[in-house]
Amino acid sequence: MRIQVHPILEFKKGKKISFTYDGKTVEGYEGEPIAAALHAAGVRVLSHSRNFKRPRGFWCAIGNCSSCNMSVNGIPNVRTCVEPLQDGMIVETQQGKGVIGGVPGE
Amino acid sequence: MNKAEILVIGSGPAGLKASLSAADQGAGVTLVERDLFLGGQLVKQTHMFFGSREQYASERGFKIAEKLTAAVEEHPGVRVLKGAAALGYYDDNVVTLEMKGRVVPVSYDAMIMATGAQENTLMFPNCDLPGIYGAGAVQTLMNVYGVLPGKRVAMLGAGNIGVIVSYQLLQAGVEVPAIIEAAPEIGAYHVHASKVRRMGVPIYTSQTVVSAHGTDTLEKVIIVKLDGSWQPVPGTEKELDVDVLCIAVGLTPLTEILFQAGCEMAYIPELGGHVPRRSAVMETSVPNIYIAGDVSGIEEASAAMVEGTIAGLTAAFNLGYGRDSYDKKIAAANLELDALRKGPTGEKIRTGLQNLKRTVEVRQ
Repeated sequence: MRIQVHPILEFKKGKKISFTYDGKTVEGYEGEPIAAALHAAGVRVLSHSRNFKRPRGFWCAIGNCSSCNMSVNGIPNVRTCVEPLQDGMIVETQQGKGVIGGVPGE
Repeated sequence: MNKAEILVIGSGPAGLKASLSAADQGAGVTLVERDLFLGGQLVKQTHMFFGSREQYASERGFKIAEKLTAAVEEHPGVRVLKGAAALGYYDDNVVTLEMKGRVVPVSYDAMIMATGAQENTLMFPNCDLPGIYGAGAVQTLMNVYGVLPGKRVAMLGAGNIGVIVSYQLLQAGVEVPAIIEAAPEIGAYHVHASKVRRMGVPIYTSQTVVSAHGTDTLEKVIIVKLDGSWQPVPGTEKELDVDVLCIAVGLTPLTEILFQAGCEMAYIPELGGHVPRRSAVMETSVPNIYIAGDVSGIEEASAAMVEGTIAGLTAAFNLGYGRDSYDKKIAAANLELDALRKGPTGEKIRTGLQNLKRTVEVRQ
């Protein structure tokens, strides 16, 4: 799901790295937003809502809306649409408010 | 405490121009950007701009961002803080920033708010399904990071953003089966609309999306015709198989800090929602707080750049900088703004600004 050729743009990518998404190994490019790497790998559900457990994807992709919040390296509510991807990151689908410092949020 | 002579919040077209114009007059500028790069939403604009040479006509948005960013970063009068999100306003001219997980207070003599806007959502059953994205979000994913949003993408909204992003989807090799517009008329400039029509994309006016469907992610939307009073016409429902629906139904100014600072606000639908009252030279009702760009009313990036120039010049002037050149430079900028807002395409913004002035007269 990546653009190979484009009439106007050239995409400067970082080096290819791998990270963990819900226990699976996924490849992406260093420095791109986590949500972009996941989307390119076909992952569109990033979290489940707090009350009705509805699937959530990103909405604004510029760090405004918090629809893309996921748990990253154990920290919940990371805005994955703007957080740069790093080698070896552990990314998990967030359930509801997430868990801060090991204390369940709900 | 961190001290800024002129604090500029936001580095889109308005904030970049505000920083440059104030610093050129001799003022010390601190430019704050929550993202890790400057340019705001210009970085994803691949279309060429209109206007005159002063607003970089015939240049693509991301190229304008590169130029202005380079000028700001090379300017000795501008200190740039990236990855710094403005959190809130405090009395005595203080704003707190979040930087690398720490809260950093900054005091200022003058502040220019150039925070921009956020995309509007639309309510219908299952409007929260993954695959329903803001048109700007799709533009970011596709034009900045080179990731395709989906295979078949429907666009809701035939204003400039909806139509331009549809064209960019086609450029990236994505199928666009329809642009859907609730209004009876296409809102976009005709040059943009005819371009997508020539490429075979139908624009359905007086129609809207009534519901979305899919198990975990979007699989299809139901569209329906609207009658003269914007009500769905029963029996006209049509299914559209798409994996992405882009929502391009307008923007709302990001005014939280202005509200917090006690700036007088007015609700002006033509300007996108609540906007601050301002003087002719972009000062709000709170002394030393200025505005520029979409936060002052939703408009094109070209106008945001000119407003940035005006706000930057005025903030600097009121601190004692550039006294000699101020009148001449403001007059030139006002001429540019008038040119951008003339004609039928400028009607909405002209009405909005008039209505904003009128609310002030009524209140007094």
